[in-house]
Amino acid sequence: MQKQNISEFNFEQCQKCAICTTVCPVLANNELYPGPKQAGPDGERYRMKNPVFYDEMLKFCLNCKRCEVACPSGVKVGDMIQNAKLTLGKRSHVLRDTMLASTDFVGPLASAFAPVANLALGMKPVKAVLDATIGVSKHRTMPKYSSQTFESWFKKNKQSEQDAYKNHISYYHGCYANFNFPQLGKDFVAVLNALGYGVHLLDKEECCGVAMISAGMLKQVRKKAQHNVDIMKTAVEAGRKIVTVSTSCTMTLRDEYPHLLEIDNSAVRDSIVLVEKFLYQVISKGDVKLVWKPDYKAKAAYHAPCHQERLGLGNFTIELLRMIPGLELTLLDSHCCGMAGTYGFKKENYETSQKVGKELFDGIKAVNPDFVACECETCKWQIEMSTGYAVKNPVSILAEALDLEATAAANK
Amino acid sequence: MANNLKDNEFDVIIVGGGITGAGTARDCSLRGLKVLLVERNDIADGATGRNHGLLHSGARYAVKDSESATECIKENMILRQIARNCVDDTQGLFITLPEDADTGYGLDYQKKFIDACIAAGINAKAIDPKDAIRMEPSVNPTLIGAVQVPDGSVDPFRLCAANVLDAKLHGTKVLTYTELTSFIKEGDTVKGVRVHNKKTGEDAEYYAPVTVNAAGIWGQQVASMAGAFVGMYPAKGALLVFGHRVNNVVINRCRKSADGDILVPGDTVTVIGTTSTKIPFEECDDMRVTPEEVELLLREGCALCPSLANTRILRAYAGVRPLVAADNDPTGRSISRGIVCLDHETRDGIKGFVTITGGKLMTYRLMAEWATDAVCKKLGVTVGCVTATTPLPGSEPKDQYNEVKVPSYKGANLGFKASIGRQGSRAAAIDFTKAEDRELVCECENVTLGEIKYAVKELGVTSLLDLRRRTRVGMGTCQGTFCIYKAAAALAAALGKPEMEQKLAEDYLNERWKGMSAVGWGDTLREMEFMQKVYKAGKPSSFKK
Repeated sequence: MQKQNISEFNFEQCQKCAICTTVCPVLANNELYPGPKQAGPDGERYRMKNPVFYDEMLKFCLNCKRCEVACPSGVKVGDMIQNAKLTLGKRSHVLRDTMLASTDFVGPLASAFAPVANLALGMKPVKAVLDATIGVSKHRTMPKYSSQTFESWFKKNKQSEQDAYKNHISYYHGCYANFNFPQLGKDFVAVLNALGYGVHLLDKEECCGVAMISAGMLKQVRKKAQHNVDIMKTAVEAGRKIVTVSTSCTMTLRDEYPHLLEIDNSAVRDSIVLVEKFLYQVISKGDVKLVWKPDYKAKAAYHAPCHQERLGLGNFTIELLRMIPGLELTLLDSHCCGMAGTYGFKKENYETSQKVGKELFDGIKAVNPDFVACECETCKWQIEMSTGYAVKNPVSILAEALDLEATAAANK
Repeated sequence: MANNLKDNEFDVIIVGGGITGAGTARDCSLRGLKVLLVERNDIADGATGRNHGLLHSGARYAVKDSESATECIKENMILRQIARNCVDDTQGLFITLPEDADTGYGLDYQKKFIDACIAAGINAKAIDPKDAIRMEPSVNPTLIGAVQVPDGSVDPFRLCAANVLDAKLHGTKVLTYTELTSFIKEGDTVKGVRVHNKKTGEDAEYYAPVTVNAAGIWGQQVASMAGAFVGMYPAKGALLVFGHRVNNVVINRCRKSADGDILVPGDTVTVIGTTSTKIPFEECDDMRVTPEEVELLLREGCALCPSLANTRILRAYAGVRPLVAADNDPTGRSISRGIVCLDHETRDGIKGFVTITGGKLMTYRLMAEWATDAVCKKLGVTVGCVTATTPLPGSEPKDQYNEVKVPSYKGANLGFKASIGRQGSRAAAIDFTKAEDRELVCECENVTLGEIKYAVKELGVTSLLDLRRRTRVGMGTCQGTFCIYKAAAALAAALGKPEMEQKLAEDYLNERWKGMSAVGWGDTLREMEFMQKVYKAGKPSSFKK
């Protein structure tokens, strides 16, 4: 009779078991949030009846997707909530959300005036004004902007050398490596080059749009997504993998484009690969050789970001880090840090954000590592601000632990 | 009327708590009569609660039965005004498919159909098939013709409950789970009723100069107890409930009425129906949907809306059409659905006894008006009927979701909004001040503890099945798996009978199980397995086959 039940977001597969509610970091810390089951499949039935049932409390969802990871029936709970926000949500802090979400519009401006911007964003009165006017929490340490973007550094110093390598990849660096922390991009280029891979920029990469999705800026984000798919297609056609460093960007490019934005990325989807997985694969296949610094010693605690959990690639990072002689690695219990991209910057979320992160912070303090290893830039902001421990991307850890010159020579 | 009546004396006794009896009780009470309503189970337990919930425009009857069509459209327009919380103005489509031309129901028939609608006063207009797809994206895209009509959906439980509530507010005494055992007769005059309360086991006698038989399909037995014969024709109609709203516009097939050709979006679900099978009277109290019926409904449903082929079915159920047998038509479809109001004094020489039957959910108010007119005539009362213009409780104001005020707390208010959808402005009477009363008991249907307490206090609830008819508790995706233990505890506490908790849950789950097992495959089967695991673990005997 009926072969199977098919529905958007696997909505009909929900058995109402409520397992998703047990893993939601917000539900446990903010009584105003109805939780993933109510906000997701339960609410969806009512929204189908009448859009008047859209509940503004869905804004408290931090899009960690832990509900989806936990769901035994494969329901895309997080996507469903994001989709409801995108299609039915009212935008209350339009200026703030636009500014926080438009990372590749604000980024160049802030980079151009980086010393002033960083100073201003660090000053109490400025923070108080931001809090009172546009709703950016005054308790937040604002991300620093770099006066030279990664792209301009790369074009000036590295681009011309890349064609000489025997293998080639395209690098989707993301806004964070470009505007806030070019060192990550530099480490990426150093490691990939040492392993014999030429690094190439995409043709005018734009922000993946993860923050715009959260802010409900559907029109703007679809435009960016289409552009990114187009430029990635060109790279894939040239036989290159698209290697990424940010777990959130990766999830957005890989999964959110088709699921939420209805942008067809099938031509590029399988070529998008997170750097840790890429490195693990080429190393384990024996394609590349590694030469470690003999005296490298460090104690690290690994925190898997929520979007890494959703991607399901955490084991690659762990195994990659375990290859480093001299690195003592502790795996932290899986908890959301509470930051969730732009979520934690929003005034109304600051308290929830800190409560959510508490278990993780306590876990880090108990390990007392030299630094925390983590792939996510916004987890980094949150953990550094809330615990004082430094957070390093696994690529940067590799850059430190490898004897880059000897490795490069070995892979010639 | 008479104000020197004793406690067990009334102006009129109404037998049957379906929509007809409820409407008649309301009409009589609004005309100042002292009314007793007797129902052997819960209100809306029979055919009232087991149909499509279609707010007919009348278009379906226009070609063959112009009189019914005219009644329907008039009542349709009235219900939109007096029962806003029960009605959803979805609009409807009558579609013509390519294969319909082969059976003589092509676009020529569509023209005849539109002409008949317009003659009956139904605003039917042909629309471009492309516009029909825009209006209802789930409609079969191969359609070659579409007619838009003012169909809608109506929640029969709610409509019945609202009529009972208004009757009570106007002094009606309502006895549910109270069975008629015999009539009190003096010669050829019905003087009253002897009844048996099935819950308490008590017997009682009530007296009134007029008794109305509004027992639907069971009206044949009721009439025979009074010494009259009314030939009823039990025709079973099976329906399937899909897990969510697949369509937001009613979809009908533009052809002679046949099985499975109406798809109605009702509250949070979509319902496809019906079939029509003659059944013996013994089966009326326990109907089961057969695999053949399920297959037929699914096949016909997919012709209206292809995505039904992949949509989860929550359950199957069946009702009995209370048709008055007029000839020997084996399908039961050529019988007039017209209203039959019998004064047994002129018909059979039995005084003080009136039967109101035939008709349909849509025309319940008119049936009630006719029955009340007959009662008033016997009693010599000259007050006119006002039910066509008097809103039912909960019906005001017009824009309910925005005008009925949400209590001022900051969190999610899905539960409160869902209550407005069900109780209309009466939702304002639900106490949401305490946090526990805002907690959801049934998460699929967003029923709060506050709404359950309200239903027990105001709407005459004695079991979870009754509660379901007032609040949709347990009617959602999980069919009670994750709420019935909570609802049973809440109801037992509200009734002051904590010892009943397990029995309440068992009765409810067995009834759900019956409806689910008819469609037990795919995700519904998973849900059934889950339900078994959750409840069977506690008590192995809780599932009867």
